[in-house]
Amino acid sequence: MLYLFIITGIVVVVSFFLDWKKTIMGLKIAARKLLHILPPLLLMIILVSIALYLVPEQFITNTLADGNRYVSTLIASLFGSITILPGFIAFPLSGILKAQGVAYMVISAFTTTLMMVGVLTFPVEKAYFGTKVALIRNIISFGIALCVACATGIVFGELFS
Amino acid sequence: MKKRTIPRIVPTLLITAVFLAFLGISFLTGYSPGLEIQKNFFDFSREMLLILPCAFVLIGLFEAWVKRETVEKHLGREAGPLSYIWALILGGCTLGPMIVALPVAYALYHKGASLRVVFTYLGAAAICRIPMTIFEASFMGIIFTVVRYAVSLPLVVLSSILLGNYLEKKEFTLRKEETHEG
Repeated sequence: MLYLFIITGIVVVVSFFLDWKKTIMGLKIAARKLLHILPPLLLMIILVSIALYLVPEQFITNTLADGNRYVSTLIASLFGSITILPGFIAFPLSGILKAQGVAYMVISAFTTTLMMVGVLTFPVEKAYFGTKVALIRNIISFGIALCVACATGIVFGELFS
Repeated sequence: MKKRTIPRIVPTLLITAVFLAFLGISFLTGYSPGLEIQKNFFDFSREMLLILPCAFVLIGLFEAWVKRETVEKHLGREAGPLSYIWALILGGCTLGPMIVALPVAYALYHKGASLRVVFTYLGAAAICRIPMTIFEASFMGIIFTVVRYAVSLPLVVLSSILLGNYLEKKEFTLRKEETHEG
């Protein structure tokens, strides 16, 4: 997080010395764009805060830890699609899942959909790309995530055992 | 212009108002699910408030500095296979979550990048951000990460090409950013 501030700061200062007019223009563009995305963003934050309550980490762990691994893979991909977790929570969580004996393919389905499919970011994605494209992109991403899960299952010898 | 923007914002405002009222009532009555949601809401808002201004400043400067021709030449419709490599590298270097990648993709598109490249970028930003990868490999083992890359990257590029071509054939264009002068 701190890196982001430092990098942004350096870029702005350098840019300012090179051409202050362009920098001001860039900052204006930034402000306008940010303002523009605020409504869908707000919607997303509301959705996320409710979803985090409805699907707490503990629940994810419990659900994935037991049961059929094919079913778990599907459930994991659904969880991954509807939740948003920052990386610093998601990967330790995967580590915990692994330690509890959850299959690699289940974890893979979870993390990949977590990264690629965003049901909760949909309001924002829709604002940029329109409903149709956002929908297609998410469906394709979901498919890719399932392929990745299958491949992981094959590599770790879990798929057909 | 105004006729279009006002109705679009009304649902969001209504939802926000209901949500805030719910938080307020929960706070007053000590309703515990409400309090938990409230905490999530503030945590997540804070995170967004920290990340997004930086991200948008960088995007704004990108728009101000980078010439349309440069983007078109390297990432545009006529650009060769190298454009996908660029898209993957750009995606890999993107900091922050999907919510940051979306406006970047949008900015690229409006600077003349092809839809194929835009989707490749988005996919790459989702699955192969470099800091995240290191983190993942340390928790899950290198094989896990290698498999994920080996399968997802080709699929991302392939699906982006298919989707991009399909949309371009249909002469689909992304909505222009609305300017305030209307």
